[in-house]
Amino acid sequence: MKTNVTDMTVRDKNAQIAHEIRLGQKKRARRARIYKHIFLIGMSIVMLYPLFWLFASSLKPENEIFSTLTLWPSEFNWNNYTEGWNALPKSFTVFYMNSAIVTVLSVIGNLLSCSFAAYAFARLQFNGKNLFFALMMMTLMIPYHVVLIPQYVLFLNLGWVDTYLPLVVPRFLASDAFFIFLMVQFFRQLPRELDEAAMIDGCSPYKIYWAIILPLSLPAMGTAAIFSLIWVWEDFLAPLIYLNDIKSYTVPLALRLFLDQEGQSIFGQMFAMSVLSLVPVIVFFIAFQKLIVRGIATSGMK
Amino acid sequence: MAGLTLRDVGKSYGGLSVMSGLDLDIYDGEFLVLVGPSGCGKSTLLRMIAGLEEITDGTIAIEDTIVNDLPASKRELSMVFQSYALYPHMSVRKNLAFGLQNMKMTKAEVARRVDEAARVLQIEELLERKPRQLSGGQKQRVAIGRAIVREPKLFLFDEPLSNLDAELRVQMRVELASLYAKLGTTMIYVTHDQVEAMTMASRIVVLRKGTIEQVGTPQELYTRPANLFVAGFIGSPKINMFKATASKIADGIHISAPEFEDFEVRGLERTVDDVTICIRPEALVLGGGSIQVTAEIILVEYLGSEILLHAKLPSGATVLLQTSGKEEYARGQNISFGFETSDVHVFDHNGDRVAFTHEEAFA
Ligand SMILES: Nc1ncnc2c1ncn2[C@@H]1O[C@H](COP(=O)(O)OP(=O)(O)O)[C@@H](O)[C@H]1O
Ligand SMILES: [Mg+2]
Repeated sequence: MKTNVTDMTVRDKNAQIAHEIRLGQKKRARRARIYKHIFLIGMSIVMLYPLFWLFASSLKPENEIFSTLTLWPSEFNWNNYTEGWNALPKSFTVFYMNSAIVTVLSVIGNLLSCSFAAYAFARLQFNGKNLFFALMMMTLMIPYHVVLIPQYVLFLNLGWVDTYLPLVVPRFLASDAFFIFLMVQFFRQLPRELDEAAMIDGCSPYKIYWAIILPLSLPAMGTAAIFSLIWVWEDFLAPLIYLNDIKSYTVPLALRLFLDQEGQSIFGQMFAMSVLSLVPVIVFFIAFQKLIVRGIATSGMK
Repeated sequence: MAGLTLRDVGKSYGGLSVMSGLDLDIYDGEFLVLVGPSGCGKSTLLRMIAGLEEITDGTIAIEDTIVNDLPASKRELSMVFQSYALYPHMSVRKNLAFGLQNMKMTKAEVARRVDEAARVLQIEELLERKPRQLSGGQKQRVAIGRAIVREPKLFLFDEPLSNLDAELRVQMRVELASLYAKLGTTMIYVTHDQVEAMTMASRIVVLRKGTIEQVGTPQELYTRPANLFVAGFIGSPKINMFKATASKIADGIHISAPEFEDFEVRGLERTVDDVTICIRPEALVLGGGSIQVTAEIILVEYLGSEILLHAKLPSGATVLLQTSGKEEYARGQNISFGFETSDVHVFDHNGDRVAFTHEEAFA
């Protein structure tokens, strides 16, 4: 190979131009990044403001809550938390236990029954599959308030009113089409050859569901668990309808009791308890988010 | 070990038929290779044998027992998938043990078989890894390990080597062949690669568009292809084909093709008119042969042990020669070569082989 002087200078010049272009690109990219961050931070503040307000109000003296615009309390009233816990005829320990029972059972029920139904829709062959799937999807479009009264009559006749059964039992019967749909979509993208390999390894359809599909669906299960937990934990309407005895109230029902009562410091305590009621949801979300991330890395084909 | 009988097997998806009237006997202990171009139904046929795909018509019998309605889990066979299909959430050890545990085997027996298979396939140090921590070749070994631990009566392979690089493919081919020699179990092996088919098979089944074109040993397929499709598909480098006309003479046929001087092939029985004549590249001898012709080299492929010459005949047709000579060739050079009439394969206007009288027995 032979290089002469003109070659060198041409090459240097090209390198110079390339360098300048790259520098320009970098500068523009940085500016775009800054604008993007300003926009995102601004949006985050708008979204988070109610939460900040709730937390601030839970610490404010009662007369400051609705009268000032500043978020910063003039003094920190931490006893809203301690007093609020026992302010109602039953302590919040009881309400949390009730909520925990209903929520844990509901989440388990949703995960088991919906994944089971989803497995059938995603993998098994049976007559009327498409029809049943369409029917199931249609239940997504029926507002809860439409079925409310017939459902109430049903549970009343069963003698289940004022128990947790109406809140829990339907979750074990794959009643939530949203989760079934979510899982069907997830199962469908798992390679069918895994099922087939398992079949050849002597697995029945039940065993394939249990040993192959479920362990590979942790991301979908995690997502379903999070949504399910948030919805059940925060549910107000169904407990309101079916639970009459204050002993069996869930946390959202109990929070409303602060409004029924008279007295001065009641809002601060309600906000304090509201803040606490968010804690389990946030903890659960953080715990299961890890599961989702871990699950994504499990594709093992090729 | 098991023999298999397929009778009048058909398959359609919806209304679309992809296979029909397929008859095939698979002998106990043979290495049968299903070969054919992509989309010809090899996988479908294999999956029907495995029980993963329902058959629309006909019967499949293993050891004289019809298994049409027997689910895959009860057929006592193993299958290696093209994608390997290892269980991503299980370690290699669990992948191997999974099928055995389903057979309700004792822990000690499971461990013994897993260790034995790992030793045979040299994957002992990989046993605690997850599939995603393995290279393609290692996954391939694990997939084969998962198949052999179960000591099945029948092995099915669906293009198991097609995801490997060329070097590994050759290596695994040799290992699979020696595994077969050791186990002696019936194996059905799908590939679109005729080299794999030729090197490993006891018998080859050539499929095209869901029908069997020919069944035979590699030698039979190479020396006596039943039709033009098989002649073109089997053999690398590819066979030369020329259009010709033929007329009957006392002891054979007289062939005239624009490329060559007229010649006669003795011992051919049937009356034929429009024919295709085929000559393998290695049957064209430089400077030799009883029917000679000259041509101009248009491309030289140097492969070390052999040289492939692409040449243009005076008629304009191109021809491919294979030579092991040490001479140097160049583009534009004129060469003269020839062939013996006994090396010519003749196919009638339907593409079917016109057989020599003495080989009718094979047809
Ligand atoms: N599930 C299916 N539904 C419809 N057609 C299919 C299906 N599976 C395979 N086919 C068709 O059957 C034919 C044979 O496919 P296949 O057996 O996979 O071919 P290959 O020889 O490449 O393995 C192809 O034409 C393919 O399109
Ligand atoms: Mg295939």
